[in-house]
Amino acid sequence: MNLALSDEQVFLQEAARGALGRFNTIASARDALDGGALPDLWPTAREAGWPGLLVSEEHGGAGLGPFEAMLVMIECGRRLAPVPLLGHLPATALLDRSGEHPKLLQALAEGDRRAAFVPARPPDALEPAWTVDPARGGRRAPGPRFTPGKQDGGPHPIDGTVSGDVHWVPDLPGVDAVVIAAVGDDDGPVALLADVGGTGGLAIEPVTRYDATRSLGHLRLDAAPVTRLTLDAEAITNAWYLAQALMAAEALGAVEEALERSVQYAKERFTFGRPIGSYQAVKHALVEILRRKENLLSLVYYAGWAGEAKPDELPMAASAARAVADGALDFASRELISVHGGIGATWEHDAPLFFRRAQLSKRLLGGGGDSAERVADQLLTAAGAL
Amino acid sequence: MDLNDTPEQAQYRAHVREWLEQHVAEAPKITRDDISPEVIAARREWQGKLAEAGFVGITWPKEYGGQGLGPLEQVVFTQELSRAKLPGILDVIGIGMLGPTIIAHGTEEQKQRYLGPMLHGDEVWCQLFSEPAAGSDLAGIQSRAKLQDDGTWRVSGQKVWTTNAQFASFGLMMVRTDPDVPKHKGLTMFVAPMDADGVTVRPLRQISGEAHFNEVFFDDVALDEAAPVGAVGNGWGVGLTTLMYERVAIGLGSEGFGWRADRFAAALASDEGAAANPETRRRLGEVAADLLSLRFTGYRQLSLLQRGQIPGPEGALGKITTIKAAIEAADLLVDALGPDALADDEWGGMVSELPGLKSAGGTEEILRNMVGERVLGLPPEPRLDKGIPFSELRAKEKEVAAR
Repeated sequence: MNLALSDEQVFLQEAARGALGRFNTIASARDALDGGALPDLWPTAREAGWPGLLVSEEHGGAGLGPFEAMLVMIECGRRLAPVPLLGHLPATALLDRSGEHPKLLQALAEGDRRAAFVPARPPDALEPAWTVDPARGGRRAPGPRFTPGKQDGGPHPIDGTVSGDVHWVPDLPGVDAVVIAAVGDDDGPVALLADVGGTGGLAIEPVTRYDATRSLGHLRLDAAPVTRLTLDAEAITNAWYLAQALMAAEALGAVEEALERSVQYAKERFTFGRPIGSYQAVKHALVEILRRKENLLSLVYYAGWAGEAKPDELPMAASAARAVADGALDFASRELISVHGGIGATWEHDAPLFFRRAQLSKRLLGGGGDSAERVADQLLTAAGAL
Repeated sequence: MDLNDTPEQAQYRAHVREWLEQHVAEAPKITRDDISPEVIAARREWQGKLAEAGFVGITWPKEYGGQGLGPLEQVVFTQELSRAKLPGILDVIGIGMLGPTIIAHGTEEQKQRYLGPMLHGDEVWCQLFSEPAAGSDLAGIQSRAKLQDDGTWRVSGQKVWTTNAQFASFGLMMVRTDPDVPKHKGLTMFVAPMDADGVTVRPLRQISGEAHFNEVFFDDVALDEAAPVGAVGNGWGVGLTTLMYERVAIGLGSEGFGWRADRFAAALASDEGAAANPETRRRLGEVAADLLSLRFTGYRQLSLLQRGQIPGPEGALGKITTIKAAIEAADLLVDALGPDALADDEWGGMVSELPGLKSAGGTEEILRNMVGERVLGLPPEPRLDKGIPFSELRAKEKEVAAR
């Protein structure tokens, strides 16, 4: 029994913390809301080897697993650092698993080029189709549809075209390639590779909403030529859960930071002659952040362990982690504001930046509520329901 | 990360599994809440067999009848019991908390006299700490022991929430021996024979109508010279040892209560309307995620133990999550299954037992205080009882209340 980080994992996480600590990412998160520029952290990511974390060594990557990727995401979350790994890592994991396109993979692993994963939600008992997040709230939209048909020309052999809209895709603006989870002609999932530069039928609309550190894009696919990757349904399904696990880890880092800042202030701020952290009403709320953080940490470890040793448990572990993560960050960021009082809700304060992160994140990639339903779906299916 | 057994643990697991397979027919068939005399007798006998086989007091030192093994072996044994769906020992409180307290603080004579029969279930023990006016503020104990000229003691007072008192042979009892010093200082721990003259046990019915706890009254009960455990006046220090073992025991298991996500899912799966309801599914998922997190929190704690470290006070948060998840699960099941579920033992019983369990083993508020102060380093609330002799404290409290 050893559910603890290895020395190498501790080193990786500390190095990530050190590398990101050189930037004032939190101040730039605020400036960016007023139209300021965000720091370009991609060179830092390249230097640290993050783009190739999930690419095997034979393809020029580090050959590490989901847990290492999650450790880096924890540190990105802690600093609200806009490193576009949420899009890049699942895309590279899929390409690496297919073993095709080694030149592109090598360039992605080294960070010379950047990719984004265009996610689709795997079916469950209530929703038998592969779907994507809708443009607005409400019903999920059908996933983009693949039409086979060989074509010549371009850097890769073209296996067909894909059509459909996918909204709110993380880290989409500025990528060189996309790996799209789409629906094949048998209604099963297919993974498709598309070159962004010069490919007709593929349009990216960059969007930011509320949290300027989160780069998003709407993808419009209109008979865009694509290359089909040789990947089975399980691999495409797991990419969705990998993205969920990464989001959960990112939230964990932000929760840890929010807790630390809240506790610090509760010790320094005095009312009625004593620190506000001595009042039970404040103390209990801070302990509630800790309780949620400890639960989330345990589930992030579960997802990391599953990714490493028990891939068939990744869907359960990642869904549980994501289900807990959104609530934990929402609560922690609200308490971070409350413990600071009115000043915590002002523009110049950092607390609203964590709040913005929480509010947007919980509406992305299906949302934490959807992950809770996925946990239930797996349990109910195992129990023979429906 | 590696959740597998070490070779030694795997060997121990195989040994446990083999023994349980061979003796499965001898285990009593019980539901957890059954405390009828026949069931208690059967469980005593089963504990005796487990003790003979070396599965009781696994972490106790060998010289006192234990196996001298680590907490991981204890966990392996518990896992195998649960896998085989067999009941555990009867005297969980004695073996898990009170025995280790006697080992840490008792005289050699006490250890020789009490530990063997405790281990085998021949003498069951109960914990006589809480009182009607001393729960969260446990040091407010009012039971009094007075030293007699011949060196013996006389005890009077009332204890409450006492599990197993109906059939216990002894109790470990925290009593005030000196009211003229501040409250934590004037306490002493005693061994109290439950069959002594002047001891009255009264079952305490709870919300469900069943009585799992008791009130215990002491009316001028005689205790001999050798009854104190640890020094006279050090009862608080001895009690902290017991509470530390209690915390470890509580932190390590929601699954021991049978509060498992797969069981809740199975109950919902049988009802097509419930299983297809998105809100029901979401609520089940949230409860299950919390319960899964507890399992991995447990593994994190075991990893610490494996490396010889003691899990910190944040383990108390596991109890809060456990109760919260169980309340939400019971609420969900009754919502899904309708009022009939309130009347059945399984879910109705769960609904009824949880409000009380929220306070058992430390109220949620006290646990949050403890974790906030010890883990987050937040300052305590100012208190009005520091340094004041216990005898003056009551008068002071009355004065405040009269204002």
